[in-house]
Amino acid sequence: RRQDVLTVTPWLAPIVWEGTFDPEVLDSAYRPLNLTIGVTAFAVGKYTRFVRRFLESAEQHFMQGYHVNYYIFTDSPQSIPQARLQPGRRLLTVPIQKYSSWQEISMRRMEAINRHVAEVSHGEVQYLFCLDIDMVFHNPWGPETLGDMVAAIHPGYFEVPREQFPYERRSFSAAFIPEGEGDFYYGGAVFGGLVKKVYEFTKACHMTILADKANGIMAAWQEESHLNRHFLSHKPSKLLSPEYIWDDRKPKPPEIRLIRFSTVDKNYKEVRN
Amino acid sequence: RQDVLVLTPWLAPIVWEGTFSRDILNAQYLQKNLVTGVVTFAVEKYWFFIEGFMRSANKYFLSGHPVNFYLFTDNLEKISHLQMAPENHLFVIPVHNDPRWQDIPTSRMDILSSYIHSQFQHEVDYLYCMDIDVQLLAHIGVEIIDTLVATISSWQVTPQHESGAYETHPGSPAAIPEGQWDFHYTASFYGGSVTEVYKLTRACSAGVMEDRENGIEAWWHHESHLNRYLQQHKPTRLLSPEYYWDTEL
Repeated sequence: RRQDVLTVTPWLAPIVWEGTFDPEVLDSAYRPLNLTIGVTAFAVGKYTRFVRRFLESAEQHFMQGYHVNYYIFTDSPQSIPQARLQPGRRLLTVPIQKYSSWQEISMRRMEAINRHVAEVSHGEVQYLFCLDIDMVFHNPWGPETLGDMVAAIHPGYFEVPREQFPYERRSFSAAFIPEGEGDFYYGGAVFGGLVKKVYEFTKACHMTILADKANGIMAAWQEESHLNRHFLSHKPSKLLSPEYIWDDRKPKPPEIRLIRFSTVDKNYKEVRN
Repeated sequence: RQDVLVLTPWLAPIVWEGTFSRDILNAQYLQKNLVTGVVTFAVEKYWFFIEGFMRSANKYFLSGHPVNFYLFTDNLEKISHLQMAPENHLFVIPVHNDPRWQDIPTSRMDILSSYIHSQFQHEVDYLYCMDIDVQLLAHIGVEIIDTLVATISSWQVTPQHESGAYETHPGSPAAIPEGQWDFHYTASFYGGSVTEVYKLTRACSAGVMEDRENGIEAWWHHESHLNRYLQQHKPTRLLSPEYYWDTEL
């Protein structure tokens, strides 16, 4: 039980923190359902170097005891290491086109995930998580994270007043959120849910991204701005605390008892070229 | 609310006043164009409660949203002209009057599951079962709408330390110490999606049938069957004892 943090949103979605749940109770509810959990991650250009650590740490911590399909979207399938996986877990590479700029690559992710769900993953998994590849699992990530539509609270903004959220503030963007509105600032590195909900969500985000493109704008934080816009009008049914989307460069506050998934230290200039 | 438990160990929210925004929830409910039903039984002497229940339910239950009230009764002539809110509908369903009054609660699950199958599933998205001998005293809104919802009547905590002492807290909202939680749910108010309520009533009905074959005939048994089902199929949302009216208290 946690009294130092908010554990339920005003629309009665649980916020998952260490101490709010009993892993055994959740496991006994979910194991019998024989689920397959999907994970999408994009490893384009130099980002293929992050795949090994991502997979190895996922094999240790992500959904232990469940069937997992890793869908690695990449422009160079040959660079994807053949990691050794536990039984019931598969690695599938999804070839995608390489775009000219890292922003463009980032923004096209919604479209790629959406298309892949329609063509492939809807028939293979019940739940899908869309994660950034340049991150590592450090602690268990289990069925406490499963829900219809799941978002994660950005580590940089969970203790910050709403006015300081870096929402897109230009009213001519389709990702616009006016001052005075907004529930949380969600991170683009983690979202997921039932495969049908992820399909709807990625389609909606892709539409607003295209609308902006047609008007010659790119939102402040690319698809993360659009993600936040959509989660404002279609609220997630479950929120993950920043334990599930941490930034290792940040000092750890007392509210964060456990870091489960966090960024790999990297030279941004180097990898984004 | 920091004084009460707002989340179960399986991450189901526990609804207390002050934990939710009815405005946000209403907006979400309207987005989805949902219809909710209420099932209640008024058999034999319980006809007396019909008017009071309907009056308060029309005023306070999901007010502003369309509700189908399904009233099972054996007393069709005793139903006075009931005033329904314009968005609500009343369906009166006659039931066969069983001479042994003990039988009445226990066969409800059976009646319920067959009506869900034949009728209710086509008319509502969510269905709630309420005892008739209650009067709503305050608004009960869309915060109750979720897949499988039960109302806490009391709880027990097995403390984490070695003393092993049990504390039973009948409906009191006092702060609860750390430990292993065991919730007890009332059969007076539960519900959820029509699919889940169907599964629940089928399971409870089968349990009651089995008891009968073994010669067990306790009238309160439908509540213990309900609790057994909910131990194995955890509710997705719990209503705090604020939503539980024990007419004996």
